[in-house]
Amino acid sequence: MALLQISEPGQSAAPHEHRLAVGIDLGTTNSLVATVRSGLAVVLSDEMGRPLLPSVVHYGAEGATEVGYGAQARQSVDPRNTVVSVKRFMGRGRADIAHIESMPYDFEDSPGMVKLRTVQGVKSPVEISADILAALRIRAEAALGGQLTGAVITVPAYFDDAQRQATKDAARLAGLNVLRLLNEPTAAAIAYGLDNGAEGIYAVYDLGGGTFDISILKLSKGVFQVLATGGDSALGGDDFDHRVFCWIIEQAKLTPVSPHDARLLQTRAREAKEYLTLHGEAPINAKLSTNEFVDLKLTSEVFNEISKTLVQKTLGPTRKALRDAGLAPEDVKGVVMVGGATRMPQIQKAVGDYFGQQPLNNLDPDKVVALGAAIQANLLAGNRAAGDDWLLLDVIPLSLGMETMGGLTEKIIPRNSTIPVARAQEFTTFKDGQSAMALHVVQGERELVSDCRSLARFELRGIPPMVAGAARIRVTFQVDADGLLSVTAREQITGHEARIEVKPSYGLTDDEVAAMLKDGFSHASDDAFRRALREAQVEAQRLIEAVQSALKDDAPLLSTLERAHIDACVAKLQAVMMGDDRRAIDGAMDGLNKATAEFAARRMNQSVQRALAGKNVSELES
Amino acid sequence: MTIFDLEHFSSDHFALFGLPRRQALDELDLERMYREIQTKVHPDKHAHLADAEKRLAMQWATKVNEAYLTLKSPLKRAEYVLKLLGHDPQIERNTAMPADFLMQQMELREAVVECRAGGDGGALDRMHRQMKKEMAGQHQALVVALDEQKDYARGAEIVRQLMFQEKLLHEIDEALQAVEA
Repeated sequence: MALLQISEPGQSAAPHEHRLAVGIDLGTTNSLVATVRSGLAVVLSDEMGRPLLPSVVHYGAEGATEVGYGAQARQSVDPRNTVVSVKRFMGRGRADIAHIESMPYDFEDSPGMVKLRTVQGVKSPVEISADILAALRIRAEAALGGQLTGAVITVPAYFDDAQRQATKDAARLAGLNVLRLLNEPTAAAIAYGLDNGAEGIYAVYDLGGGTFDISILKLSKGVFQVLATGGDSALGGDDFDHRVFCWIIEQAKLTPVSPHDARLLQTRAREAKEYLTLHGEAPINAKLSTNEFVDLKLTSEVFNEISKTLVQKTLGPTRKALRDAGLAPEDVKGVVMVGGATRMPQIQKAVGDYFGQQPLNNLDPDKVVALGAAIQANLLAGNRAAGDDWLLLDVIPLSLGMETMGGLTEKIIPRNSTIPVARAQEFTTFKDGQSAMALHVVQGERELVSDCRSLARFELRGIPPMVAGAARIRVTFQVDADGLLSVTAREQITGHEARIEVKPSYGLTDDEVAAMLKDGFSHASDDAFRRALREAQVEAQRLIEAVQSALKDDAPLLSTLERAHIDACVAKLQAVMMGDDRRAIDGAMDGLNKATAEFAARRMNQSVQRALAGKNVSELES
Repeated sequence: MTIFDLEHFSSDHFALFGLPRRQALDELDLERMYREIQTKVHPDKHAHLADAEKRLAMQWATKVNEAYLTLKSPLKRAEYVLKLLGHDPQIERNTAMPADFLMQQMELREAVVECRAGGDGGALDRMHRQMKKEMAGQHQALVVALDEQKDYARGAEIVRQLMFQEKLLHEIDEALQAVEA
């Protein structure tokens, strides 16, 4: 970077006391990055003061990559190499993507996730998203004057495991340490809850550019508990644009249009939609490359009529989420509106009518998700102020299960289970002497495996020969706090085990990510080695601080011998961490982690016992 | 990991929340203790700490969620109470049910199929409410059987009936969803 960076007074002076953490809203149409500064969540704007970064990436023939407004300006000039709404392609195959035929891209249908052929070669949606995230990282690091400790990245609550994994891969590729994947509606609730000190049941209605989410949350005494979530990961403001686009084509009686004209008319359609938010009718004018003129007027009435089914489509998941939570519309105390598409008057009206109350609009629907993510990132990074403490209990949006005989799904973890969650189920062999078992992990609500999303396949081998039905294979699903799944299969008699971190078959392996990072992709100017070393050093420092703080609080839980061992491991890590031997640092960190495992267990036990001790004794009597 | 062997980790769900081991439950008490303990152990409270603590936090939070879920549902709670007392409700083997109960279930199931085919959302909604009401009655009966009369055979019978009823409720909801779509 050519300019020298000067950080804000008080920001960089004590790097270990205030860790730089950001929240990123990686949106279909626009993305934002926010942080907490002096206790206040703020969106970080670009050098021209613009808070939004259009989620548009342009790949130039000369090898330059442009992200944001610059890329957006190239949309109609070079549609094939200008990718918009890439979020719709994340973790998605060709067959999953709506209106793919009217898109100006050159798709390559690789297994599982589509890829796009550009002048700069074939790009996966993960790489394209990483370009957007890297632009936001650079913006944040420039504004905050230092390297980020970590980021919270938001995803639609209705994203499945494949889409979440793709998002996490993109963040890693962009050089971000992901503190947590956070559901967008939950992020919005955090922004609202903390601002307004709300208590009770809230619904978050989130209609973004390409996704619709509805979440029902219970807020009480610093705990945000998601009761149910639902939605449609392929429904958003873009679909309203598409309806207007189709209406234009029909009204103007246009024969099939070129990619260039299609992009122009899509832009006009979006502008008309936005204009109708505050006006009764919108003019639509365009001169096509065929020298045809489009000159139309779209009224609110017509727009409402052509988009009616889309509005209705959001109410189905809303009813379902309420039913899952065991609630009725009248139980809801407030409805938070999120996403630019909720500005449309017909959406406001439909939601207001359904819940019987005016929806809440006092925070900017474009910014609220990023603000909430920043608040959560600040908390997770350990920048905790007194009294500034809350807990988020989120759920998985879709049921997780296994394929059984006949292509049927056996649900193991039902949707809307609070995470983290683990569930085990026993399966058995189908044939005499069967020595291996193919396990197929799926996600979705339908009975047939073919109607669900396939997440992973793996095999358990070495089952001892037995008659059919005698073997006992215990399959355990564990979903972590990011909503990501890992599966273990264990033959109960021999103890033979197979395990898989569920990366969808087309997710990137760690090696692939490492290779891409090494290629210098997404931060070409960074020296990958130095960056990795620096990360290890920061990580080591964090670990030492964590251990020292634990020792300060709970040293009495350790024997003299145990204490001496931990101290020795700390000293060893301190000795190597400022050197440049990355492997030695990793080894010393591993040693310290092992040395403190038992200590950590005792600390956890103690804090649970303290929580119980807070109870009145009489309450314990039955 | 040795963590699972620790005294608290292996304690039963009631002890985990400091609640009496019985069917009758003060839901507010459960709610309060769940939140209190989850606030201590949840991975988000340990996100900036060492890996060992993060892993441990996930295991604890998983266990606490599991315990909460089991105790919150009257049916799951009853199954759990029976299990702790050494009375297997024999869900898989014992399918004997009173004839009138079975008759009623079959009729209801047919009605659900009909309403679904006829797109009668109103009737399904009424069935949903009716079903909820009947199940609430069964939940009361469980408290009487398990806590007061200590009639575990009766308790097991109600558990088996409730499983039928939950399944039916699920079918009603699925039908409602199909009708609304």
